[in-house]
Order: sequence, then structure tokens, then C-alpha cells
Amino acid sequence: MTVAAHSVVDPTPRTRRFAGALVIVYAVITMIPLAWIFLTSFKSPDDAISYPPKIIFQPSLEGYCNLFTTRSRQTPDFIQTLGPPQGMCDDIARSRNMVIAGPSNYLPRFVNSLIIAFGSTVLAVALGTLSAYGFSRFRVPLKEDLLFFILSTRMMPPIAVAIPIYLMYRAVGLSDTRLGMILLYTSVNVSLAVWLLKGFIDEIPREYEEAAMIDGYTRFQAFVRVVLPQATTGIAATAIFCLIFAWNEYAFAVLLTSGNAQTSPPFIPIIIGEGGQDWPAVAAGTTLFLVPIVVFTVLLRKHLLRGITFGAVRK
Amino acid sequence: MAQIRVEALDKSFGTFHAVKSANFTVEDGQFLCLLGPSGCGKTTTLRMIAGLELPTSGTIRLGGEDVTMNRASARDIAFVFQLFALYPHMNVRKNIGFPLKCEGVGQAEIERRVVEAARILRITELLDSPVSGLAGGDRQRVALGRAIVRKPKCFLMDEPLGALDTEMRDAMIRELRALHDRLGATTVYVTHDQLEAMAMADTIAVMNHGVVEQVASPRDIYDRPASLFVADFIGSPPMNFLPFRGGLATGAQVIRLGEREVAIPTAREALPDSDLVLGVRPEHVRFTDRGMVRGEVYGAEYLGTTQIVTVTTRYGALKARTPAHLTFRTGETVGLDFRPDTLSIFDKASGRAIRTALHEGGAHG
Ligand SMILES: Nc1ncnc2c1ncn2[C@@H]1O[C@H](COP(=O)(O)OP(=O)(O)OP(=O)(O)O)[C@@H](O)[C@H]1O
Ligand SMILES: [Mg+2]
Repeated sequence: MTVAAHSVVDPTPRTRRFAGALVIVYAVITMIPLAWIFLTSFKSPDDAISYPPKIIFQPSLEGYCNLFTTRSRQTPDFIQTLGPPQGMCDDIARSRNMVIAGPSNYLPRFVNSLIIAFGSTVLAVALGTLSAYGFSRFRVPLKEDLLFFILSTRMMPPIAVAIPIYLMYRAVGLSDTRLGMILLYTSVNVSLAVWLLKGFIDEIPREYEEAAMIDGYTRFQAFVRVVLPQATTGIAATAIFCLIFAWNEYAFAVLLTSGNAQTSPPFIPIIIGEGGQDWPAVAAGTTLFLVPIVVFTVLLRKHLLRGITFGAVRK
Repeated sequence: MAQIRVEALDKSFGTFHAVKSANFTVEDGQFLCLLGPSGCGKTTTLRMIAGLELPTSGTIRLGGEDVTMNRASARDIAFVFQLFALYPHMNVRKNIGFPLKCEGVGQAEIERRVVEAARILRITELLDSPVSGLAGGDRQRVALGRAIVRKPKCFLMDEPLGALDTEMRDAMIRELRALHDRLGATTVYVTHDQLEAMAMADTIAVMNHGVVEQVASPRDIYDRPASLFVADFIGSPPMNFLPFRGGLATGAQVIRLGEREVAIPTAREALPDSDLVLGVRPEHVRFTDRGMVRGEVYGAEYLGTTQIVTVTTRYGALKARTPAHLTFRTGETVGLDFRPDTLSIFDKASGRAIRTALHEGGAHG
């Protein structure tokens, strides 16, 4: 054992192994529910509720078929009179004495989710970037108070004002509209966006814009061409936080949407099959629901790795 | 290129008075250094000339035109920041060409001028590198490239060498001065480093607490400081100050320091009995047995060719610069003498230098 090898910054091999084990345990704990949902989405309804739970099973796409279709029960005689099955899902349905009656609402709900979540994210990040820039660069009267006010809007759980918002939305005709949901999620997210982005923009030396302004740009051009490219890290991190909130939001979605503007979170749990909850279809809906967030995060991960430290370690 | 005139320029931030009635002129093609300690308002003054900050009152003229309230982009100046402010998402070529692109210059012309600027600054081989990997000196050259590529009315530089190490700095001082001699661009250069200012400037403006205390050539600033502050700030070690009380008649050639008479440059103004200060540069202190000031050697600081000897006297500790080969014993009693024609006299209350023959001897130009 050499004492000289001890370093104050590098962890010892033992600490390293311990930290590694801890990370693996944590990852396993968080991954198991996701893995279970993923497996369930490929089970048959019977396998999904069998006890003890099955880990080895015959995979089936019934959950995905049921997710995207509505079916009606028919007598075997009637099914005999039909022509050959139209594709795999039809085949599965007929084996259970069902025929496909039409598409389910999953796809429209999913599209609603996409429009509302991305719409509100774009809006919140755009407004947040502009106001963060303003707060960061200009002498704004009552700046500290305004910033505190913006922060204070997050101190109360948004759902506490659900009833007033419900009544307000009904009065102005925003209930169950995509625009209403976009505005709602934007207003919740914009405070987060202002605070996160102000931190990032504060870190960009103002000399960059000043140099550009001396070189002939207006302030707005300097903002777009010089500040924004350097703020991409912060913008990406902020966008992900906003998107995750808007994508997963459940309480307001249940309360304010029922048809036209309903998003996936209130829809997925109520997918009903024959004789109760259709667990494979619910699991399939959840699995697909995770995809956009995963894709978005993977696309932005290059920026995220630096951004997640909130600008504390630039360069 | 153009002359810069700053007239009665004032700037307050709320209740804080950062620049107080600054006046100076930078002649066409001249290199002026704004020199002063940290927080004295150098950057604020420069930013007002650039149009990045609006003055509270006063006038700024560029080439005769009043630009006081013009926006920065309308002033046709180039600014070099201490941080260099290179755009990290562009390579060297794009960084240098950026001002031309802002002006809407054609691509071929941009390319030609970028290459020319790179050649002048000897960074041609770096043109396609990203700026993030560059060494300090090269970053500074790129920042300069961005300034010279546009052929602006004048260059403004805010401590452009502040972030470099000493060696790089010395090299860049020579390069900057050579570049200036070559381009003849009117330049205002902010620094708190007197060696930089002395080495580069045609004219130095010394600032203190928002006030421009003296605008003169480096030689005049050193030999004929206009105030106690300038005398103290310039020179290392700084000027020795010996307080005394007395009056002064026009034409007087001596003052009374204690019981002794000290020869001074002929006084050109009269002063009633008041608290005055005699200023002596360390290199103008001589050791003689018949010296008019006596003291005890406190210590010597060896500097190679010279040494700084500290002597405790009844006027406080005096520093003398002498050849390094002389030896002094600590505690030894010595006599000190001053070279009469180099002495400065200040009014203690206002810090102002009293006019004497010193201010005439070749002070012009
Ligand atoms: N935007 C501002 N708001 C308030 N005070 C300011 C502002 N800009 C500068 N000051 C103050 O004005 C004074 C002069 O600042 P300035 O930056 O001009 O000093 P400087 O001479 O360039 O100093 P340094 O050598 O440290 O750069 C400082 O005390 C500073 O705190
Ligand atoms: Mg400064």
C-alpha cells in the first residue's frame, strides 16, 4: 500500500466500485417498472393477469391491436359469414369472437398530446428566453421584485387553482380546446423557463453582443445571431423540463379535457377491454407514450450533459 | 481615421459619479492610453466613446461630427474587449469576417480582406481553426483581426492584454505598437498597467476617481506630473514625498526644508504660507556626506543593475535608486541630496503641482 498514491480529487477504486454498484442498483429499481410495462404490452390479456406473474410467455401483439382499434363481439356463425380476415389484428380479434369496429381514440389523443406539449414548450421557452434576456441585460425597474413574483407563481401547486381555472375556461370557451391547454401549460412552465434561462444568459458575457452591435448589428440581430447560439445548452435543458411537465401532466388534463383536446395521460388508464381493464393495451399505450420524450432527450443529450448543471461549469 | 474629442464628459450610475467632466483629444492617428487604477472610470469612458453607454452629459466628437447620442453601430469604430469576445460557434475566418458580413460586404471582398488582415497579424495558418482551442496571444490576434478588417474610424481597446501572461504580453505590446505605426489608426487604449502605457502611448491620460488628472506624453507624465496622484501612481517605486510648510514667491529658487535650504526649479507662481509637498524620484536621490537630509539605511532591494535603498529620515522612509555595486550597511547613517532641476512641488490640500521651470524645459511635444 502506498500512501503517496492518495489523491484528493480522484476517488479510490473502492469508492469507485461502491458508487458504481449504487448507480446500478438505482438504475435497476427505476427500470423494473418500465421493463414490466414493456413486457406486459406484449402479453395476452390472460398472461397479463396470471398469478404468479409470467416472465416467460408467448409474445403477442394483441395489446397493440386493441390499443388502436375498437371491437365488437359477434357470434361465431356471423364471423363465419365474413370474408377472410383483414390483416393480423383482424385475425387476433376473430380468434376471440370479435370483429374490428373501427379505429380507437388513441391516435387522436396522442396527436393532441404532441401538439399541446410541443406547442406549450415552444411558447414557454420563447417567452422565457426573451424575458430572461431582458432581465439579464437591462435595467428593469423593480427587477428583483418582478423576478420574485415570477418565482412565486411556482410556490403553489398549480392544481390548487383548478376550480377557478375550470370556471374561467368555461366562461371564455377554452375548455377542452388545444389552445386552452397550450396556454395553461405555458403559463405554468414560463416561470421555470425564465429562471433557468436567466442563469444561462447571465453567464454569456455581454461583450459578445456589444461586439456584434459595434460591428453593425441591432440589438435584436445580436440577440438572435450571437446570444441564442451560445444559449443552446440552456435552451435545450429548459425545453426538456418544460416538455416533460406538459407531456406528463394529468390533473388538469382530466379536469379540462374530455373529447376534442384530451391528451394521452387521461386516456390511457381508461382503455377498457372485455370484462375490465385491458392491461396489455394500457401497457402498449404507455410504452408508445414514452417514445417522444426518449427521442427528444436523445436528440438533445449533447446539449443536456452540459446544460443539466445549470451553467455552473461552462467550457 | 479620425480625431476623437471628448468634452466635459460626465457619467453617473444612479448616485455614483463614475466619470467627472473628462476632457481630452486624440489627434488623428494618435495612440492614447487611458491609464488609472481599478474602478477609476476608464472602461466607462471608453464605452461612452464606443456608444455602448450613454453619457449623463458632455459631448463626443468623431472626426468633428457630434456622435454623443449615436448608437454604437453608427459610429464606425472597432472595439477590442479584454475577454476578446470571439464568437465560440464560429471559426477564426468567420470571426474576422463577421463585421464585414454585418455591413453586407460581398463574399469575395470579405475573403480578400480577411486574408489580408490575417497576413498582417501572421495568423494565416489559423484561419480555419475553431477559436476555442487557440492560445491567448492568438485569440488576441483574432480579436485584433476583427478590428482591423473593417478599416474603422478608430480603435478602442479595453485592457486587451490583461488576460495574457507576462511574456506574451511583452511580445504583444511590441506587436500592437508596430501595428499602430503601420496602420496609423487613431487608438484609445485602456490599461491599468503603466509599463504598457509607457511603452505604447503617444499620449497618456491618467484617471483617478473619475477625473482625468493629466493628459501628456509618457515622458511628461513621468518627469512633470501634474498632481500628487499622478506622481504617486507612475513610477516604481513611486516618487518620494517630503511634506513641508512654507510660502513661495514667483522666481524663488529655494525652499526651506527643516533648517536646510533645498534648491528647486525656479517657481513660476506665488503661494501664501501653506502645506506643501516636495516630490523626488528615487533616481534623483544622491548619497553625499554633506547631504541636506540625513537618515539611517533601513534596507536595500537588489534589482540587478540597480538597487533600491530605503532610508528612514525625519520626513519618513525615502527610497533611492543607486548603482548595484555600492554597498550599504543596515543602520548606517547617510546623507541624501536631490537633483534640483528635477524636483516637483505640490500643494498638499489640492494635490496640484506648483508651476516651476520644470514645466518649461522641453515640455512641448
Ligand atoms: N453599469 C454600471 N452600474 C453601476 N456602476 C457601474 C456600472 N459600470 C461601472 N460602474 C462603476 O463605475 C466605476 C468605474 O467603472 P469602470 O469599469 O469604468 O472602471 P475601470 O477604470 O475600467 O476599472 P477596471 O480597471 O477595474 O476595469 C466602478 O466603481 C464601477 O463599479
Ligand atoms: Mg475596466
